Amino acid sequence: MTGILSLTTFLPLIGVAAILVLRAFGNGETPRAVSAARWIALATTLATLALSVLLVASFDGSQSGFQFVEDSVWFSGLHYTMGVDGISVLFVLLTAFLLPLCIVASWKSIQTRVIEYMIAFLVLESLVIGVFCALDLLVFYVFFEGQLIPMFLIIGIWGGANRVYAAFKFFLYTLLGSVLMLAAILLMIATAHTSSIPFLMTYHFAPSTQAWLWLAFFASFAVKMPMWPVHTWLPDAHVEAPTAGSVILAGILLKMGGYGFMRFSLPMFPDASVQFAPLIYALSVIAIIYTSLVAFRQTDMKKLIAYASVAHMGFVTLGIFSFNLQGEQGALFQMLSHGVISGALFLCVGVVYDRMHTREIAFYGGVVDRMPIYAAVFMLFTLGNVGLPGTSGFVGEILTLTGIYGANTWPAIVAVFGLILSVVYSLTLYRRVVFGRMTNPALASIGDMNWREIGIFAPLILATLALGLQPGLVFNLTNASAVHLVDAFRAATGR
Amino acid sequence: MNLENAAALAGPELILIVSALALLVWGAFQSKATVAFTIAAMAALVAAAVASAIGPLGRAFSGGLIVDAGAVFSKVVIYLASALAVPLGERWFARRGMARFEYPVLVILAALGMGMMVSAGDLISLYISLELQSLALYVLAAFRRDDEKSSEAGLKYFVLGALSSGILLYGASLVYGFAGSTRFDVIAGAMSHGAGIGALFGLIFVICGLAFKVSAAPFHMWTPDVYEGAPTPVVGFFAGAPKLAAMVLLARILAQSFGGALDQWRQVLVVMALLSVAVGAFAGLAQSNLKRLWAYSSIASIGYALVGLAAGGPAGIQSMLIYMVLYVVDVTGFFACLAALSRDGKAMETIADFAGLARERPALCLAMTVFALSALGLPPMSGLWGKYYVFKAAAGAGLVWVAVAALVGSVVAAFYYLKLIKVMWLDPSPGATDAPPAEAVAITYAAALFACPAVLIALIVLDPAAQAAATALPLR
Repeated sequence: MTGILSLTTFLPLIGVAAILVLRAFGNGETPRAVSAARWIALATTLATLALSVLLVASFDGSQSGFQFVEDSVWFSGLHYTMGVDGISVLFVLLTAFLLPLCIVASWKSIQTRVIEYMIAFLVLESLVIGVFCALDLLVFYVFFEGQLIPMFLIIGIWGGANRVYAAFKFFLYTLLGSVLMLAAILLMIATAHTSSIPFLMTYHFAPSTQAWLWLAFFASFAVKMPMWPVHTWLPDAHVEAPTAGSVILAGILLKMGGYGFMRFSLPMFPDASVQFAPLIYALSVIAIIYTSLVAFRQTDMKKLIAYASVAHMGFVTLGIFSFNLQGEQGALFQMLSHGVISGALFLCVGVVYDRMHTREIAFYGGVVDRMPIYAAVFMLFTLGNVGLPGTSGFVGEILTLTGIYGANTWPAIVAVFGLILSVVYSLTLYRRVVFGRMTNPALASIGDMNWREIGIFAPLILATLALGLQPGLVFNLTNASAVHLVDAFRAATGR
Repeated sequence: MNLENAAALAGPELILIVSALALLVWGAFQSKATVAFTIAAMAALVAAAVASAIGPLGRAFSGGLIVDAGAVFSKVVIYLASALAVPLGERWFARRGMARFEYPVLVILAALGMGMMVSAGDLISLYISLELQSLALYVLAAFRRDDEKSSEAGLKYFVLGALSSGILLYGASLVYGFAGSTRFDVIAGAMSHGAGIGALFGLIFVICGLAFKVSAAPFHMWTPDVYEGAPTPVVGFFAGAPKLAAMVLLARILAQSFGGALDQWRQVLVVMALLSVAVGAFAGLAQSNLKRLWAYSSIASIGYALVGLAAGGPAGIQSMLIYMVLYVVDVTGFFACLAALSRDGKAMETIADFAGLARERPALCLAMTVFALSALGLPPMSGLWGKYYVFKAAAGAGLVWVAVAALVGSVVAAFYYLKLIKVMWLDPSPGATDAPPAEAVAITYAAALFACPAVLIALIVLDPAAQAAATALPLR
């Protein structure tokens, strides 16, 4: 099975090549070329999904090390190394799972420059999968940073009215974080004389160096995550991005921050992680309470969900920096679950936006009369977002809270209030959009979800319930790696 | 040492000087440039590149000419880049009814000067080669002699270049006075116990003189004006190869003759590097003319290359060489792209002119995007790898803070690169662009393909070559 990771990573680029060839031989953007681009994109993402399902199926969850490792010498001491462990393998699946849905969700709503749109998404998929598979610092950086370009174009070209501002803000915020990370990466290579991630995970940096390196990586991951107070790019980017862009952003790109903390900060800089844990606790707790309150005050549906994402990511950082098994497992689970649920919520917004072209909450009300199926689907994901037992949201939240309670009581107590606040804003949103009397005459003609839309939501519903009722599906794969992460951390810090 | 040996070592340069003279005679008889003429000039440059690649290593003319791995590495790049400048400029001038046979001859003479610069082993040959190169470039900058801006550019370039040459000469005389010789290796012997204050003064004047040539801040003032006024393909030529040559020359003096004074000249370079990055980033924000913008961008690029040089040692020099080679490819491609584009016969020069290019010329727009992102240093473009080498060397030499400051500078610069990308991809097009000429398009695509995927393979070859070059440069 060697080579499967490279194949999964670069398969989307083959789709890009196919689309480009088609565009070069066809006469530009003819209706036929457009439809071909859509189908090629869908076929490529489905093939990638099939490969990643195969990957997960043949992944041995009882081992903590990296599997399917590929390694070849590059230049200047760098290696092209790929490999996955229990922490990263599910993110590959999550990415491959969400991408076909994004393509289908954009089938009708994107009508301009479709070919470029599909290319941007395929490139993005390739880069995201690469991030989770890369085992060399520089290779990781290439994938991590390369995403800025397609995402900038997705927001900038197909976004809403204020898209240019949002795209610039997204790009510059993230770039500032990542150049600091690049400086840290180069310092690590200069100090340890290797760029191999598995080796660096066992390398011991001097504590003073660790602190600087940790801060530099933190700058990048905190922006990506995003953590309060550097989260302000996210609502803008979400509001302006097209629906599928929001799904990718919330579902996958944010997860790279949490993944980065687990892959780099904890194993490579354990002492600094302990030292800075209070900072993380403080920022996370502020994020949970403050952004929940901010979310409650929003008038734009997407913005509300964007702020809710920031709050949910606060739980993730708390879990990661609780340094115990429940915390790490919970954080991982929460990220996967949030990837599915927030993606689904953005798609729910997209459904009504496609019909009415507005995301103002006040515009809607009483759509349950016209859209019963939609109301049921939206209900499920709202409850998942709240963390109702039986949905995947519950498992992640309860585990991260258990984890953080074991590490430090105060953040856990404050964070619990965040759960209540999430019920407040989620249900309020739901009530104001779905229930009540339909007073807006423009809504009279709104139609329920069609088969294409139901087809998009069916896998998401399945995933939310399956993860909620059978969390063991995930833990079987992640357990060994999470145990290893925590054990290695304890051994390194002597806690 | 016999003459045969010396002739073999100077083979590439002999090829160039003979072909330049022959072409001059040929040109005088045929009154206007023909395709055969252009091809002959290119062939001479390519032949010189091949000759330097396969030629022998050694020293000739009492140490005045050094042919080592460092010189060979740089020469191959310089001659090939010059060979590309010939058809690009020749066709560009021909379309404007200004085809003159002097153009290829001047390019060859400039290339000859650059080739001698990277081989210079003596203050005298340093000065002669530098002047040969500069004089040819002054004329090239003013090549559209009926155009006010071009004449202005040439004059400015000449006056400030002459000033910098004067400064350099003054420094060279001080170095000679304190070391007792003009030969780099003898100077190195005299400085082996640390350079005295007088020799350091001389060195700093030499550094300043060369900083003018590479347009490092605070000696960058001429750059935006000259870039804006000079004909576009000529800018693409002198923004690339001559800077590589001057950087290699600087590296040779610093590492070879003043290797013992590393701590002293490192401070100077660090200050110049950070100033260049800052000037390039902040002053670039205010530009609307793309040629001026790229002048600032190249000032910032030189800043990064200087960070690598300041790191010192083989790793630092290697990083500088790789950075400069990747930069030369990028800048050549960028100006080729600029030369390819026009709207209603009018050159597209302001950022606003590029509105909607993605709809008009998707492939050229993609290439332009690649060059912008590469200059910004975003992966996987070649610019990132240049920065990777430079900052790795800096981190290894304990200059971590310099690297961080320079990297943060690149975030500021990101704004104007993004602005260009935004205009090209997001804004509506004001009208159709003219059909781009084939040779400019070919060079653009080749450079863009190198900058985006090919560099990932090319570095496997480039890395050891630059390493060999970098280990050869500081040798006695």
